[in-house]
Amino acid sequence: MAWTRKLLRVNLSAGTCTTEALNMDWANDYLGQRGLATRYLVEEVDPKCDPLGPDNKFIMATGPLTGTNASTGGRYSCLCKSPLTNALACSNSGGFFGAEMKFAGWDMIIFEGKAASPTYLSIENDQVELISADDLWGKSVWEADKMLRAKHQDPQIRIAAVGRSAEAGNLYAAVVNDLHRAAGRSGVGTVMASKNLKAVVIRGTRGISNVADPKAFMAATTAAKTVLAENPVTGQGLPAYGTQVLMNVINEVGALPTRNMRETQFEGAADVSGEAMHEPRKSDGKPNLTTNGACYACTIACGRISTIDRTHFSVKDKPEYWIASGGLEYEAAWALGPDTGVNDIDALTYANFLCNEDGMDPISFGSTLAAAMELFEEGLITTEHTGGMELKFGSAEALCWAAEVAATGEGFGAELGLGSKRLCEKYGRPELSMTVKGQEFPAYDPRGIQGMGLAYATSNRGACHLRGYTVASEILGIPEKTDPLDTNGKPGLVKAFQDATAAVDSAGLCVFTTFAWTMDDISPQVDAACEGDWSTERMMEVGERIWNMERVFNMAAGVGADQDTLPKRLLNEVANSGPASGKVSGLPEMLPEYYELRGWSKEGAVTDSVKQKFNLPA
Amino acid sequence: MQKSLHIDPGKCTGCLQCEAACSLENEGMFNPSKSRIKVFTFHDEGRFVPYTCTQCDEAWCMQACPVDAIVLNPSNGSKDVLSDVCVGCKVCTIACPFGTINYNTDTGKVVKCDLCGGDPACATACPTDAITYIDANATGLDKMRAWASKTDNATT
Repeated sequence: MAWTRKLLRVNLSAGTCTTEALNMDWANDYLGQRGLATRYLVEEVDPKCDPLGPDNKFIMATGPLTGTNASTGGRYSCLCKSPLTNALACSNSGGFFGAEMKFAGWDMIIFEGKAASPTYLSIENDQVELISADDLWGKSVWEADKMLRAKHQDPQIRIAAVGRSAEAGNLYAAVVNDLHRAAGRSGVGTVMASKNLKAVVIRGTRGISNVADPKAFMAATTAAKTVLAENPVTGQGLPAYGTQVLMNVINEVGALPTRNMRETQFEGAADVSGEAMHEPRKSDGKPNLTTNGACYACTIACGRISTIDRTHFSVKDKPEYWIASGGLEYEAAWALGPDTGVNDIDALTYANFLCNEDGMDPISFGSTLAAAMELFEEGLITTEHTGGMELKFGSAEALCWAAEVAATGEGFGAELGLGSKRLCEKYGRPELSMTVKGQEFPAYDPRGIQGMGLAYATSNRGACHLRGYTVASEILGIPEKTDPLDTNGKPGLVKAFQDATAAVDSAGLCVFTTFAWTMDDISPQVDAACEGDWSTERMMEVGERIWNMERVFNMAAGVGADQDTLPKRLLNEVANSGPASGKVSGLPEMLPEYYELRGWSKEGAVTDSVKQKFNLPA
Repeated sequence: MQKSLHIDPGKCTGCLQCEAACSLENEGMFNPSKSRIKVFTFHDEGRFVPYTCTQCDEAWCMQACPVDAIVLNPSNGSKDVLSDVCVGCKVCTIACPFGTINYNTDTGKVVKCDLCGGDPACATACPTDAITYIDANATGLDKMRAWASKTDNATT
């Protein structure tokens, strides 16, 4: 059955840890991970609650395939109500923490209340314990990781923690596991820290022995791995260049948002591309990229492990950063690079290290910095605010400095920690915030990739590429090529991607597999692992059910259809170069059709008939 | 032809498919903590290194065992633990210079790699050929080829 059927409930106010049986009726409707944890959240959390108050809950959830040998079967998600968007937050992470949670015998951990003082949770199979984290508070993720390893004296523990940014109230703080994998978006780390929960330490030795049909499962996972290996994107492009394979491609199609999305192409894109990461540098003859690394059970291995040039200004006096660690992925590289106008790959890598070290979402950080740079250009933010630093587009020094102060929340770092929306509102130019529902954009300009405009506007967690990645179709031709500049057919495409992704996430798999896998490759793996019939049709139905339930929560939280929109810049200001020249986002043409395809009202409300169809909670 | 496991750490991505496969084959579950092959991550250097028993000819674990619970499998050269003979004294774990034979607290016996009887699951599962099962007489062939390609008259 692949679920452990066990849930750990941790009441941080009371200091209690209790075991519950997993609600299998819900598992049958919502599968696991994202879907199932959302079902729990909808049941238990008041949508109107203060996201940083004790009434919000923080959930870590695995899927039925997490911990198995299905390729990429190591994912877990962190869920809560987001302090950045006030909508549902659900951030997915790889690494090894999720699988370890499963090996320890837990499908899910629900944290509720708030600890009186800094605390961490230690799990060794059934032995769970809340332990004082007084000594860890005020430490970075990396330092806390070292201290916990020294304390537990077990080299095989897996750790997820929040850094100083989260403690300081940075609204886009991440939960970082395995040093450089992160549940990055929507401020899930902020919520974790708001509960005085510093870290979760897990050691699991029980394993997973209850796959429903082992023989069929091995056949399905083996066949699916072959599909990944033989696909040019997952078999060659991603292992060699990581997601950074996209930097030059997206720039060429004129959809690389540049300098706070004023432009759609970046003259320095090649300097910060996946290809550039392979170029030997002058100082030591070594490339930025040290090697590629995989998350648990992943046969793609897109992860970048990088080193910074020791002679670079950012680290020349800081030997602690001369190590190999998590390198630039495309979204991070874009936000730290093209969006701030910086083309210095070592500066980007340094900023990325700091995002990992202190748990910040590099997308939101880079994008917020880009907005701050535009405010600086307009004279609304000055060196008086920054303590002397010139926040100029293209300044590598400004980028590195900003990452340092945002990581700790000191001085101007606290302003950057507000996120783009609140920062721009504070300085009187809300229209300069490149956000949807308060969350910063990722690395695809909707003027050059029209489907993404609709995907961003309707994403249940604010602007996000991982909720409906129509880039696959519009640029890469997966599963079939559509014209990125045309809005026709995009509402259906967006809906299909959104529903499919919700199901993939809920299985415990990585969405990057879908460069090669269709649902027909995925459903046999789920079907063999889980009891019951998990056909492609049922997976799509589960995905659509999840999407609607997320929407219902958001509407109740006050994040309504009025927020299904894009910044004016993208709707009114045309792209000024490249293939998308003269284009704005055609969102208004797509949104009504999208609502109709979803079966929602013209106003974007989830109708009673849709609720009934998917058996959503009343 | 006798074969042996051949490990090329440079190709390893640290995905642990080998550990999942080993534990499934030998313990009937996905459980890396029970794997006989372990991948070590040297984070600061960016290196992943799979490590397991090399099946020494003069196997010190076998020599040290007081109850002859470790025996040679003549078909593939592996040194196998006879679980029903093993008394869990752990002397073999002390004798082994490489640490690749270990005590299992669940069973009270020691466990080590037995090459899965001649079809090692780790090698089958490895997606990058970092772990292969090859002719024991020519485990250096890949390295020889790599160096040969660097000679002056080789085509590049």
